[in-house]
Amino acid sequence: MSVPPVKIYSLSTCSHCKSTKKMLSDCTIQFDYVDVDTLVGDERAAILEDVKKFNPKCSFPTVIIGNTVIVGFKEKEIKEALGLV
Amino acid sequence: MNAEQLYEMLKKVQEPKGYYFSDDAERVADLMKDLLVNKERYGYMVCPCRLSSGDREKDRDIICPCVYRTEDVAEYGSCYCNLYVSREWNEGKIPREYVPERRPVEKMF
Repeated sequence: MSVPPVKIYSLSTCSHCKSTKKMLSDCTIQFDYVDVDTLVGDERAAILEDVKKFNPKCSFPTVIIGNTVIVGFKEKEIKEALGLV
Repeated sequence: MNAEQLYEMLKKVQEPKGYYFSDDAERVADLMKDLLVNKERYGYMVCPCRLSSGDREKDRDIICPCVYRTEDVAEYGSCYCNLYVSREWNEGKIPREYVPERRPVEKMF
C-alpha cells in the first residue's frame, strides 16, 4: 500500500514537533517539513497563511497526511492516517 | 547560563508553587536548551512550542512560564509543552492527553 504524502508545519524548538518528526523517522516514513520559526518576512507570512487554512489556530505541529489534517503530536491519529495500525 | 543551571534555578522557584518538571528527563533537558536558544534569538525565554513574533510586548503571554500554564495544568495536569506538570500527572494519575492550544490565534498576528 502506498503511503500518502506527509507534510509538517513545525518549529525548530518545539517538543511536540520533534516527537512527531522522530516518530515518522522511526517508522521510516518520508516527510517534508518547514520550521516556520526559521523563516522571516514575506516567506513566513506566506507559510502562515497556508498553516491557517489547514489549522485556524495556527499551532504546531500541523501535520498533513494526504487529505487529513492532524494538529499536534497525536501518535495514534498519525499512524491511522498513514495506515500503520 | 547553561541548561543544567537553568533547570536547577527554575526547579527551585517553580516546585514550591506546585509546578513540577515532567518525569520525561530527556524532553525536559531538550526544552531547557530550546528556552536558551530562544533567549539568544529573541532576548527572552519565549515558549519553545509557540511561534514568537520577536516582539516582547506581543509575546508577553507566552514568555515561559506562559499565562496559560495555570489553566492547562489545572485542566490537563500539564502545560502546553509538557514541561511543567502537576504531581498527579507525574504519578500517572492523570491520562497524558495532548494539551490543546489555549492561546487565542489573534494574539499571534
